Amino acid sequence: MKLAYWMYAGPAHIGTSRVASSFRNVHAIMHAPLGDDYFNVMRSTSERERDFTPVTASVVDRHVSARGSQEKVINNISRKDEEQCPDLIVLTPTCTSSILQEDLQNFVDRASLSSESDVTPADVNYHRVNELQAADRTLEQIVRHYLDRARKQGTLDRSVTDAPSANIIGISTLGFHNQHDCRELKRLLGESGISVNQIIPEGGSLRYLKDLPRAWFNTVPYREVGLMTAIFLEKEYGMPYVSVTPMGISDTAKFIAQMEEIVNAWASVLLERELNYKLYVENQTKFVSQAAWFSKSIDCQNLAGKEAAIFGDATHAASITKILVRETGIRVRCSGTYCKHDAEWFNEQVQGLRDEIPVTEDHTKVGDTIALIEPSAIFGTQMERHIGKRIDIPCGVISSPVHIQNFPPGYRPFLGYEGTNQIADLIYNSFNLGMEDHLLDVFGGHDTKEVSTKSLSTDRNLNWTSEAESELKKIPGFVRGKIKKNTEVFAKQNDITEITVDVMYAAKEKSSS
Amino acid sequence: MKMLEIPTFECETGNYHTFCPISCVAWLYQKIEDSFFLVVGTKTRGYFLQNALGVMIFAEPRYAMAESEEGDISAQLNDQKELERICLQIKRDRNPSVIIWIGTCTTEIIKMDLEGMAPKLENRLGVPIVVARANGLDYAFTQGEDTVLAAMTHRCPDYNSYAMNLHKQDAIKDNADSTVVKKSLFEKCKLNNYNLVLFGSLPSSVASQLNSESKRQSISVSGWLPSQKYAELPALGEGVYVCGVNPFLSRTATTLMRRRKCQLIGAPFPIGPDGTRCWIEKICSVFDVEPNGLEERENQIWKNLKDYLGIVTGKSVFFMGDNLLEISLARFSIRCGMAVYEVGIPYMDKRYQAAELLLLQQTCKKMKTPMPRIVEKPDNYSQVQRMHEPKPDLAITGMAHANPLEARGIDTKWSVEFTFAQIHGSINARDALELVTRPLRRKNDSLLGCSSLSKQTIRS
Repeated sequence: MKLAYWMYAGPAHIGTSRVASSFRNVHAIMHAPLGDDYFNVMRSTSERERDFTPVTASVVDRHVSARGSQEKVINNISRKDEEQCPDLIVLTPTCTSSILQEDLQNFVDRASLSSESDVTPADVNYHRVNELQAADRTLEQIVRHYLDRARKQGTLDRSVTDAPSANIIGISTLGFHNQHDCRELKRLLGESGISVNQIIPEGGSLRYLKDLPRAWFNTVPYREVGLMTAIFLEKEYGMPYVSVTPMGISDTAKFIAQMEEIVNAWASVLLERELNYKLYVENQTKFVSQAAWFSKSIDCQNLAGKEAAIFGDATHAASITKILVRETGIRVRCSGTYCKHDAEWFNEQVQGLRDEIPVTEDHTKVGDTIALIEPSAIFGTQMERHIGKRIDIPCGVISSPVHIQNFPPGYRPFLGYEGTNQIADLIYNSFNLGMEDHLLDVFGGHDTKEVSTKSLSTDRNLNWTSEAESELKKIPGFVRGKIKKNTEVFAKQNDITEITVDVMYAAKEKSSS
Repeated sequence: MKMLEIPTFECETGNYHTFCPISCVAWLYQKIEDSFFLVVGTKTRGYFLQNALGVMIFAEPRYAMAESEEGDISAQLNDQKELERICLQIKRDRNPSVIIWIGTCTTEIIKMDLEGMAPKLENRLGVPIVVARANGLDYAFTQGEDTVLAAMTHRCPDYNSYAMNLHKQDAIKDNADSTVVKKSLFEKCKLNNYNLVLFGSLPSSVASQLNSESKRQSISVSGWLPSQKYAELPALGEGVYVCGVNPFLSRTATTLMRRRKCQLIGAPFPIGPDGTRCWIEKICSVFDVEPNGLEERENQIWKNLKDYLGIVTGKSVFFMGDNLLEISLARFSIRCGMAVYEVGIPYMDKRYQAAELLLLQQTCKKMKTPMPRIVEKPDNYSQVQRMHEPKPDLAITGMAHANPLEARGIDTKWSVEFTFAQIHGSINARDALELVTRPLRRKNDSLLGCSSLSKQTIRS
């Protein structure tokens, strides 16, 4: 057992439900107690979804836990089949069904006999995988299922399209800015003369999955969801994939370069000419995206050497780290992720770009690390935003888990060239607001705040005398925390328990010498 | 209590959306200031809580998860040792006066003996541990509070009426020389003659409003379950009268009667001016007090609500059902002049809610409307189908259905707000109507052209 207040990634069935409800006409049935269909609330409120979320619970109550579900799950499947005629019903295990050790496969086999819809159990182990891994796995499972079937039935068309085309894999409901990213990716591909073959799972239809291999290649914008599917398609159907996330100017260029290489492998045969994106990239970088110019402008000069802390999922944390370090000259003191399962990749990506890499699911560890570093800005999830609020450091939200305000109706992609503009705004606004705040402090604008240490830890056996405290209050806010900390460190080193004005001065003398 | 024969009771499949009962920690940890709630269960529960509680989660709440891992489920780890380690940590970090363990479906299914472990750990830790099994296998949403309060009932001190009376007489004797003191003491004793404990968690301002409602009839409330602090739990025992303020507290009521020998006053619930008046009247009748000025007071409140009543009169409403407040709210809505198509409710205790059901019946007769059908354990899918035909002006429903219904041209009010808003007592009748009328007042002329904003067909 572990004591937990907060989790970054949700439980497995959330991931499965995200993938299932992203597809068109797929219904997920959860084998769960009353109240576990909370996913519907999240989707309906956060995404402001107009339609009923195609997820229902086959309710586990006292009777079920005592004598098993028996016919209940099967009846619920048949009922959904009749009422809504979905193409596929995904029977989703939850912690409850895994503890009850009910044989979901058996339910599925029996229900399939009578139902028009396909029925399949989601193949995820509740205790071993989290939301993201489960989503990745479920997507691969569905794709594999339909491709295998098409192959068996001989309906699989393995010829590639005449013009270059690509699949976009991994856009899903409740994904961070996924809808906007998808639009931007489509634009990026379109401008490069590549048509989009299919987008899965969001808005995808199972009937067309068999045509997935007709694309020239796959793109996987996010590492968390879709990579397994891309690897499967590469292995079984020889489809290459681009897994570079086109976030930031240099990675977008890298993405296009990889794409170029893949496309040209076919283009030289099919189109009898090679495509060249060099001009496109140059034009976009210089003029469409403002980010390159932005990092050259005076504004960005002021950011040089400023310190930041980054935390989020592997994709976003790694990309933002690269952008901050390489494209804006900001010093990244710590860059971490909660995707423990992908730690190796993450470490490799941010190698040499940051001082510390917290890979943890414990938000208090993240909070303490940030408090210790005292960066000028934080880029993280909603949790880091609140950590920032408590220690008075501005925060830009770059990754799930997020709130409803991170599902903006306006166009806010993180990917592609428009994405670079959005990210530039986000970075600049975070730092700028911090500067303004400090200027106000310097000129005594609202210097009525109580003295606070910028740390979250509660252990304090040091005693500040009232004179020392009022002396501390005279120090401008933006260095006050640091001076307080230095003084306390000095006091501890010298076994002083009461901090007087003299101790403060002594500490200052020591640190300046 | 007499049972009511209401022909329109129905029971459906129970495929409905509601909150998991562990959500009660959200308001209970705020109400009981020195408590700490520990939810024992899997990630699913924690994820629900952190999403359902929204911003509260960032305010260092006094609750946490004891998250079961694979080793706990397969009993490789010793539950008691694990819980001891976690509770020690809580004691060290937060020093609460009571730790409340919330059992979940997980602990039910793996049959973790929380009730057996609690007394052992309580001795070792020196902190009281109360166990409430607020799980989704047995209960819905607000019933979570019911399980916690029922468990708390056992921790209330004993009320020994004999000893207390003696003590009072002594006090009067001691102060016999001062007539002023004597008089005031006499009045105090007169008030205190009734030992009335109210049960149900309400914000402290609402609790004191209800206190003053009854004080106006010279009946003083001697305590509340729960109290603001764990240490201030009211004394219970024979001779103590108890009365519920919320319709979902049937287990607590049963426990108070059977285990603590209290007398239950079965009254309608003080929601709306009509409910509040009947509630007070019932309490007065039990204590043989002639109610004073209640009718004028109720009329005055209705008069003050005139502007809101203009909006709701003649409108129709459909309760999908998820928090057990539905019967009282439907009764209040009908009295306001609304037509109620259906009252969905997770669980219907016909005995505990008898007086409320009777008032509903009387209200229907008075307002000359038919009794609404009451659907226990509703089926949300069927309800949505039923809603298509009469197309109610307002659906009171959970968040899972609110946006999709709005997109189909049915105005909705999020039902959970009724559990968090202040709706009890005459004073708060306005707030309750404020909630009901908000979607009805929101009409946006520029959007009138598009009554449906959904691409999906009627089917789902």
